[in-house]
Amino acid sequence: MTTESSLASAPAATAPAHDAAHHWGLERMLSVSTLLLFVWFFVSLWRLPALDQMTVAEWLKNPLAAVPMLFLIVSTFWHLKLGLVVVVEDYVHQAGNRFGWVLVINLAALFGAGLAILSVLKIALGGAAA
Amino acid sequence: MTRNPDRPLSPHLTVFKWGPHMLVSILHRITGAGLATVGAGIFVWWLMAVAGGAEGYATFASWATWKWSLIVWVGLTWAFFQHLLSGLRHFVMDAGAGFELPTNKFWAVMTIVWAILLTAAVWAYIFYGRLA
Repeated sequence: MTTESSLASAPAATAPAHDAAHHWGLERMLSVSTLLLFVWFFVSLWRLPALDQMTVAEWLKNPLAAVPMLFLIVSTFWHLKLGLVVVVEDYVHQAGNRFGWVLVINLAALFGAGLAILSVLKIALGGAAA
Repeated sequence: MTRNPDRPLSPHLTVFKWGPHMLVSILHRITGAGLATVGAGIFVWWLMAVAGGAEGYATFASWATWKWSLIVWVGLTWAFFQHLLSGLRHFVMDAGAGFELPTNKFWAVMTIVWAILLTAAVWAYIFYGRLA
């Protein structure tokens, strides 16, 4: 699937064909890391005594929670960026529209990840109001 | 022209027979897109609310516990399990296994069935396990 879409998108210069094998491997690595980190995330939430702001902030102040959370953010947003781009490359055929969508996906993924990372750092480094 | 109905139809334009494998393929993309937009948006909002302090968090919490938000939560839960299970199925197929037609069809159906069962189990647990 990935190989097909990468070849199909070659003229749009979003994913050159020789990058297909790398893209394929990266996509799968990120799938596994995202899955493992989400298992950690859900188990952690389930183990918290409550889900109010104080409890969650206290949990994220611990580096043992903040660091995996930062990895989760990078892994998840990278994974979703690759996935959304594959979908757009398969269904948006007009080069200009495709370029526009790929740009929007990249910017939105970067922006979302940036907001999430900054929030975690703010909590972990003690800037968050209690 | 006669056609042997036991042979698969090639996916040419509109001449193809729908099968569970095609439904799972498109569900993988739909659930992925849903998680990537709605799921990721709520996730970022939640983290920003935690970082922003108790007041902002109260706004998030009041939305999250609103009765109609349950549709979003259950939808995200199902999308998560469907995407997870069809993703695992893709891993098996990446390894070159599970392409025999009956096997392929069986596991395609299984991802749909188990995604629904796991979603039901999670929400049964939330309502009747922890909060009871």
